[in-house]
Amino acid sequence: MIVHLPGLLDRYTQGEREQEVAGPSLDAAFRELDERFPGIRFRLIDEQERVRPHIRIYVGPEPIEDLAQLVPDGQAVHVIGALSGG
Amino acid sequence: MPLALLIGTRKGAWILRADAERETWTASAPHHFGSTVHHLVLDPRDRKTLLATVRTGHLGPTILRSTDQGETWTEASQPPAFPKPEGEEEGEGDKKKAVHHTFWITPGHASRPGHWYGGTSPIGLFESEDSGATWTPVTGFNDHPDFGKWASGESTPDGAKTHSIVVDPRDAAHVYLSLSGGGTFESLDSCASWAPLNKGVAIDFMPPGEYEFGHDPHCMVSHPEDPDRLYQQNHCGIYRLQRPETTWTRTGNNMPKEIGDIGFVYVVHPRQVDTGWVWPMDGTDVWPRTSPGGRPAAYRTQDAGETWERQDTGLPESGWFSVKRQCMTTDADDPLGLYVGTSSGEVFASRDEGATWSSVARHLPHIYSVRVADFA
Repeated sequence: MIVHLPGLLDRYTQGEREQEVAGPSLDAAFRELDERFPGIRFRLIDEQERVRPHIRIYVGPEPIEDLAQLVPDGQAVHVIGALSGG
Repeated sequence: MPLALLIGTRKGAWILRADAERETWTASAPHHFGSTVHHLVLDPRDRKTLLATVRTGHLGPTILRSTDQGETWTEASQPPAFPKPEGEEEGEGDKKKAVHHTFWITPGHASRPGHWYGGTSPIGLFESEDSGATWTPVTGFNDHPDFGKWASGESTPDGAKTHSIVVDPRDAAHVYLSLSGGGTFESLDSCASWAPLNKGVAIDFMPPGEYEFGHDPHCMVSHPEDPDRLYQQNHCGIYRLQRPETTWTRTGNNMPKEIGDIGFVYVVHPRQVDTGWVWPMDGTDVWPRTSPGGRPAAYRTQDAGETWERQDTGLPESGWFSVKRQCMTTDADDPLGLYVGTSSGEVFASRDEGATWSSVARHLPHIYSVRVADFA
């Protein structure tokens, strides 16, 4: 799957905004990203395995909070910084 | 090497470097720009390791470490994080705590190089044995049978805080900490067990009565020359305590009535046990938390709070900012230097123990912490 990452994470990815990972679940995808960019997962997902309050994860057009969600082949994942004031 | 000031702000951190006379200060480029830095502290044991507590509006909390005066930073591989509750079942969501930010960090005892304490919001105590690379919960506090009662009191607007973690320089096992809200607590056994230490402290935001805990200490310090001498700026007054006594004395009653004794900070003169400073704020009406009358000033005591004198020469005649609990500090020079950071992004310094003040940096973001660094 292709994971699209926001500019918020440029300091981890050195500006790379797309990453191809194996999955097949979101959880596996974020663990793979964390191996590639150490620390990135904890900035997005808290210690209780919840997506942080101002982060949104979409599989295709659907917002997803359950990290066990499997990502269908060919479906894009978007990680987005939600509106978060000043 | 000349002194530096470590400035944590709502939008990043800056290092201000002084000339040899502490007269001219030069600001660095921002560090962690855009991120909130609640605390930026140099390890006094090696005068080399800098730790910064960092989060952003979107991204979760972390801690970064530098050993080259901020040229490069390394992120903690295991930042402070609460454990998953055991026996997790549906409906136990309130037990699933997550660190929102690390509010306070304190270097550990001189006999334990690399050991640090961290205080979080929501309330929690963590420690690192490896200079901030990995952090683990202090279970003696976080899992104390009374923790739920201690940490369930009134909360500050942006979350309850663990702060003022004080390690006794004579005894590594002797530790104090304070909670906003919750009160001040003491451990004599390396944080394995804890007891409240709030007798005599007012708690005006509760119905009249005596309370063992639930108070709101804003800043608690012990004096380095006499670690049994404690001072506290509380939400409800200024206090002194000489251990082993356990009842605080409200020295804020000796402040001018028109100024009151509400504020966030208390700093001590490192060589004079009875000398210290507060920065009063307006705790009347709807609690503006700016200087009373819009006239910023420090107040100094040289007799442990029995009398206080105003020190405002060089400060703005009119100013409407706040000074938060990590935002006033001293250096160790003679005469002593004092430093204050404001919510309006300005840093004031005094090179003569508060007699005169001048602005040494302005137009920074809202300042959350000011600490002195004497880099090796």
